[in-house]
Amino acid sequence: MECLIGIQGKDFVLLATDTISARSVVAMKNDHDKMYKLSDNLLMAVCGESGDTIQFSEYIAKNVQLYKMRNGYELSPHAAANFTRRNMAESLRSQRSQMVNLLIAGHDKVDGPSLYYLDYLASLNKLPFAIHGYGSLFALSIMDKYYLKDLDFDAAKDLLIKCLNEIQKRFIVNLGRFRLRVVDKDGIHDKGMVHAEPDESTK
Amino acid sequence: MSILAYNGAAIMAMKGKNCVAIAADRRFGVQAQTISTEFEKIFEMGPQLFVGLPGLATDVQTVFQRLKFRLNIYELRENRRIKPKTFMSMVSNLLYERRFGPYFVEPVIAGLDPVTSEPYVASMDLIGCPMETNDFVVSGTCSEQMYGMCESLWEPNLEPDDLFETISQALMNAFDRDAVSGWGAVVYIIEKDKVTKRFLKTRQD
Repeated sequence: MECLIGIQGKDFVLLATDTISARSVVAMKNDHDKMYKLSDNLLMAVCGESGDTIQFSEYIAKNVQLYKMRNGYELSPHAAANFTRRNMAESLRSQRSQMVNLLIAGHDKVDGPSLYYLDYLASLNKLPFAIHGYGSLFALSIMDKYYLKDLDFDAAKDLLIKCLNEIQKRFIVNLGRFRLRVVDKDGIHDKGMVHAEPDESTK
Repeated sequence: MSILAYNGAAIMAMKGKNCVAIAADRRFGVQAQTISTEFEKIFEMGPQLFVGLPGLATDVQTVFQRLKFRLNIYELRENRRIKPKTFMSMVSNLLYERRFGPYFVEPVIAGLDPVTSEPYVASMDLIGCPMETNDFVVSGTCSEQMYGMCESLWEPNLEPDDLFETISQALMNAFDRDAVSGWGAVVYIIEKDKVTKRFLKTRQD
């Protein structure tokens, strides 16, 4: 039921996550933050089994920090994504594997912006745009039609709202507000919350 | 449905006259939903040696990384390039180590011998049972279709250009009858003094 959306633009990556914390059919909280800061230019959005999401993402976040302290330089987004993948791949064949889906957004001085899609089986993909959860069934086609390479922030936000409108319109579960963050060369920036716009037919 | 068909893949390799070819589709999907059309399934393991890994995408990536590690160690220890047949044993050994909890990949190997330039193709199942052939090997979610196409198009002693046409047509027409593979393809033609990598634009449905 959760939804994570990532869009890579010209010199930034935009991440949007829903803010609902659900236990079975009950929404316990509607300002939940599903994003974790890994380092100055690395942000991870997480969904899946609620215990695992926190446990796993904190483990990754702290190890990325530890690496920086030990070596004096940071992991690149590519390296951090592969570190995360290896951890998940190893846990996959253990007694209890991590049931988490991730989007990793980063900005690197050399490689520029990058968005990585990592599912609970630990398959890693670098993509221009990605969605986890049921929302993907409705919004991926919107992305395919309207996504342009090298779009700017306003265009990315418009595209995101197009996706949210479609999800709102066709998905029986109301995902409510989405939290927005951007990763670029200057770091991670909060871009507030966004709502799907009210449907024309219900005005 | 089998876990081997969860992400979808189609890979084949063919022998020609003093050359070999290996080709794969480029789709990564989660069952019927396509996520990416730029997924790597063929990996360079030497100047004239390639391995294709169809199967569960997570194991494609894990097996490639572990194979690359073992290959690097081998080449450092021996101080020479690996023979395709030796590499095949290395893959087989890696997979059989996980006999009762396997990696869900069924590799295809294609290459030229580093000394004699003898063409070599082989495939194996997910626990590492190898099969070497003199014509072609196929592996993936549309193996029946690929066998049919290869059986009717392949002939002995194809020149590199003809081999490229043959393997491309065989692969494309096989995966166009499969819902979970396709969405573009990549073809490597391996000759004694050069390797040509070409991307194919194919049907997007």
